[in-house]
Amino acid sequence: MLIKKELLERIIEGIFLLLGLVTVACVLLIMVFLVLSGIPAIREIGLADFLLGQNWAPTSATPSYGILPFILTSVYGTAGAILLGVPLGFFTAVYLSKIAHLRVRSFMEPTVSLLAGIPSVVYGLVGMMVLIPWIRDFFGVPDGASLLAAIIVLTVMILPSIIKVSMTALEAVPPEYETASLALGATPIETYFRVSVPAAKSGIAAAIVLGVGRAIGEAMAVVMVSGNVANMPELFQSVRFLTTAVSSEMSYAAEGLQRDALFSIALVLFFFIMLINALLNYFLKQAKEG
Amino acid sequence: MKRVLAFLMMAIVALGLFTACGSSEKPKEQAAAGNLKGMVATDGSTSMAKVIGALGESFTTKNPQVTFAYNPTGSGSGITAVNEGRCDIGLASRALKEKEKAGGLQETVLAYDGIAIVVNPGNGVQNLTLEQLADIYTGKITDWQELGGKAGEIVLIGREAGSGTRDGFESITKSKDQCRYRQELTSTGDVIANVAQNQNAIGYASLSAVSDNVKAVQINGVTPSESTIKDGSYAVQRPFMLITKQGVKLNPVAQAFFDYITSSRVADIISQAGVVPAN
Repeated sequence: MLIKKELLERIIEGIFLLLGLVTVACVLLIMVFLVLSGIPAIREIGLADFLLGQNWAPTSATPSYGILPFILTSVYGTAGAILLGVPLGFFTAVYLSKIAHLRVRSFMEPTVSLLAGIPSVVYGLVGMMVLIPWIRDFFGVPDGASLLAAIIVLTVMILPSIIKVSMTALEAVPPEYETASLALGATPIETYFRVSVPAAKSGIAAAIVLGVGRAIGEAMAVVMVSGNVANMPELFQSVRFLTTAVSSEMSYAAEGLQRDALFSIALVLFFFIMLINALLNYFLKQAKEG
Repeated sequence: MKRVLAFLMMAIVALGLFTACGSSEKPKEQAAAGNLKGMVATDGSTSMAKVIGALGESFTTKNPQVTFAYNPTGSGSGITAVNEGRCDIGLASRALKEKEKAGGLQETVLAYDGIAIVVNPGNGVQNLTLEQLADIYTGKITDWQELGGKAGEIVLIGREAGSGTRDGFESITKSKDQCRYRQELTSTGDVIANVAQNQNAIGYASLSAVSDNVKAVQINGVTPSESTIKDGSYAVQRPFMLITKQGVKLNPVAQAFFDYITSSRVADIISQAGVVPAN
């Protein structure tokens, strides 16, 4: 009987291992596929021309395949969203985890979670119908679809991840730290910003990196508000991101260099995401050790 | 242990149900089987992908033993392919040139691709000439004032590179690679929605997609409609042509397909693909 039980344990363990491997296999498959299908076009175009070329015109009579506008747009767009979203998210997290009354918190926390659950196409739609006309009227520009519109939409989209992860980090700070600080005569606000926040800094950094990852990978919402023309990025100019460069042309791209170049763009995007993930892992490790 | 077993059993049963659902659909379609057998090969215009795909699908549903192939290579390559006998029917989104006709090819109109030029309902401009339209999109005219409207910078809205509508618009207005788009959107709906909420916007879309919240302007004094597109008086349009060889008989399957798609029975399918049927 004992042996039978052990055998069953082994079998179940094996099944779980298999299930876990499915995920690993997916990641590997995507990676291998992207590298294999992304390299040929880069080789044909030339790495420097591809990454640093300022002109993207794959269907013109003399096609050119420069993706610098997309790279810069993605970097600027993400940086802008972080610049606006981090202060907003950080202070909200401090407020909710330390200062807010239980009643306020029990209302605001689920609301923040709800924001995370809204599909990105809805963000895009609201952005297109409300934000774009507003930017047009407020700044007096001919058209509101611009980098600014994308930044604002992305800011709202990354708020939930920044708030939730920062809150978790702040709540993990041992209460002894805070009581000690209070006992020494510091005011509550002083305690939160001088003791709790520094103690949670790795976790907060991880929250920011997570926000970066969400912002740089978003396609659906930005395609609807950014105008989608391959210009070099300017705040009120119509721009195209790395993600939307792939999605907007993939459905029509004919077999050949245009299609291959789209895979190469996806590969570049993948590299960015890997970089961000490596950063995230680093901060999370720090958070654990710290 | 019993629980685990029960769980596994349930999983297996559930899996079985899924596969059963998947396979039970096929025989139904074959009920209305025709007796044609073989293959139709088409080659050419990428703009015609949607309409020819829909027609091919409808034909193979009726004749399940027929294989339908469409090679999206572009009008020029499609015409060459027919000439060299590499496909049965060539697809071209332009009329044949005299030289090509002299080379022994003939054209049959399948449908007309009419492109409406849409502006905001609040825009006072009613009529544009084809030249003005080209000048607007290439950036020579930048303000509505120059066209008799209220002052305001014209916002050019178009489609992404590779879109059939964009290709059609740019080839008709001869503005290929010169359009200074402010927005390149990925669907007709997005174009309409953006034009609807911006007083100074102008966009283009298939005539079938135009709705009440935007205004289709006249081109050279002609209002776009199915009849003005069909009689050729509305200028922003191009024919979708079927190209075959003069004096060479198609194989029976290809002939049946040709007759089927040029009959009036398929008018609905063609309209649904966003173009105006010729028959």
